[in-house]
Amino acid sequence: MAGWQTHDGVAVALPLANVDTDQLIPARFMSVPRSEGYGDYLLHDVRRDASGALRPEFPLNQAQQASVLVAGANFGSGSSREAAVYALIDAGYHAVFASSFGDIFASNSVNNGLLPARIKPETYDELVSFIGKSPCEVRIDLKNGQASFNAKQLDFVLDETWRMKLLNGWDDIDLTQQHNAQISAFKSKYAQTKPWAVPASNV
Amino acid sequence: MSRRQTLFGKLWAAHEILRREDGVSLLWVDRHLVHEGSHHAFAKIAARGLPIVAPDNTVAVVDHYAPTRGRSNIIDPQIARMIDTLRQNAEKHELRIFDLDDPTQGIVHVVGPEQGITLPGLLINCGDSHTSTHGAFGALAFGIGATEVAHVLATQTIWQKKPKVMRITIDGELEAGVTAKDIALHWIARLGTGGAQGHAIEYAGSTVRALTMEGRMTLCNLSIEGGARFGMVAPDETTKAYVKGRPYAPVADEWDAAEKAWDALSSDADAAFDIDIHIDAADIAPTVTWGTSPEQALPIDAPLPDPAMLSPQKSDLASEALEYMGLTRGKSLAGTAVDQVFIGSCTNGRIEDLRAAAAVLAGHRVKVPGLVSPGSQLIKAQAEKEGLDKVFTDAGLEWADSGCSMCVGMNGDLVGNAKRCASSTNRNFKGRQGRGARTHLMSPAMVAAAAITGEITDVRMLLRDRDS
Ligand code: SF4
Repeated sequence: MAGWQTHDGVAVALPLANVDTDQLIPARFMSVPRSEGYGDYLLHDVRRDASGALRPEFPLNQAQQASVLVAGANFGSGSSREAAVYALIDAGYHAVFASSFGDIFASNSVNNGLLPARIKPETYDELVSFIGKSPCEVRIDLKNGQASFNAKQLDFVLDETWRMKLLNGWDDIDLTQQHNAQISAFKSKYAQTKPWAVPASNV
Repeated sequence: MSRRQTLFGKLWAAHEILRREDGVSLLWVDRHLVHEGSHHAFAKIAARGLPIVAPDNTVAVVDHYAPTRGRSNIIDPQIARMIDTLRQNAEKHELRIFDLDDPTQGIVHVVGPEQGITLPGLLINCGDSHTSTHGAFGALAFGIGATEVAHVLATQTIWQKKPKVMRITIDGELEAGVTAKDIALHWIARLGTGGAQGHAIEYAGSTVRALTMEGRMTLCNLSIEGGARFGMVAPDETTKAYVKGRPYAPVADEWDAAEKAWDALSSDADAAFDIDIHIDAADIAPTVTWGTSPEQALPIDAPLPDPAMLSPQKSDLASEALEYMGLTRGKSLAGTAVDQVFIGSCTNGRIEDLRAAAAVLAGHRVKVPGLVSPGSQLIKAQAEKEGLDKVFTDAGLEWADSGCSMCVGMNGDLVGNAKRCASSTNRNFKGRQGRGARTHLMSPAMVAAAAITGEITDVRMLLRDRDS
């Protein structure tokens, strides 16, 4: 995964709260290998009619080139399915701005280079009325936690660890392997003090 | 060592390998449960040529895509491929797999406890948000995403920032017909789906102590619907009695050592919680969801909300939910006609749930079709031994094999478009049970009551009629 510092793109507003991961990608699409791309499944059942055609009035369909999503509170709640993040990324999104996120969704996002930018509920309200129905230009400065939507400047909150991961494109497995000695030491002490917790063989 | 630790703090400390400067901890993972949906994670480690470092600590379960009917001959090629991929990965990495033909197969959060794979004091991960279920044993159990699943497979550890701790204390006696499911829907309706975000929940109080392990699992299972990744109950005699003698539970000296360790697993008397909530059990009625979020739940005898009376933010959500659900403001939830019912899932597919539903159904014929899918094949066998299957089929419901079934629309069991389902599951999200499906979450006894009358019904009335 590549790191990134700034992003210039187009923002679209989806003024809905509680957009859960079941809506972000309905379960029936999750057996597809990632290599085939998940972009077409993003918000599939709200974005398309029963025949699969795009509903023209749906905000995301009015901004096919959008790369930043501004959405209501509790975005990405529900199922741990990382495919919800894949759908956003494969559809070209780099960031989601919301006043709160489902915990698992937020960490899945960072693991895939998608920024979950937290903003105050008041800022969200302002932003939604500012963007309205016409997508606007946006510039994100990840390092300084700032974004400008056309002329509107705002700060967003991001956990420091997550900022570092996004900036550097760090991969957890590489990071962890640097601690292999400590892990082995922990493991052998653990086996001595808690023999009951160690599975015999295949659990 | 500082005193005044919470149960959560103790469990965390026991698994912390190191803590980075930024406050993120590397934790040791005792048990890792994988299922068909973990295919992305297996692909990730394969792409890097990494092995599974602790195959003995890893268990594979076929559940999300498991067909509940005709499983010996799977017709849908997509479903067959998903199950086959897990099979191949399990074989390649020499994992114990609970496969379709295994008499102990079932839903991952049912199989773990049933087999004694889940134990108090362990850290348990699974790529499924309802992993909080295992916290009922006093375990540190939480759901993770695919990248994290790959990380656990490759390192047997997980990076996590320690959340805050919330205690929900429930005291008093539950009325007959009121269950752990109702406790959960009650607190989620009160605090909201984001109410416990960023927190680990410890459930305490006399009501929780009086719950069976099945009830505690239902309660912990639903923690995620209130935004918490962790839910837990301190282990006690009920816990130990449940665990003892399970296939993978410790024996002999190891059992004695385990018991000693588990006895220390409770919050110290003066431990501090970031949020402390108290609930009186007497205030909890059978609770049913009316909308498309688990917080949109009401006692069975309350009228549906009038969006005009709600705050602007909640008002839009409520209007939209009522429209999707095809309901009218101000009307009563009781008496709403349903099209079908479902009993099952990791929330309410355990033997006790089936017994509760059968007790209501016995001697009745249902007015609407429905499906009963036990949480595991062992539960299925136990229910058949007790004759519960007969009660369900005599009433007119279908009795099926075990799997996630109608909890999630990926294995062939679906609720039809615009159909209304009384369901013992955990999510009433739009489209969760199938495109356009209208889900009402409730306890298995309430589902049984709805099946008998063909409408959402207060099970307490049926129980009262029966008693008199
Ligand atoms: S029954 Fe439902 S909630 Fe439980 S593991 Fe299966 S899909 Fe997830």
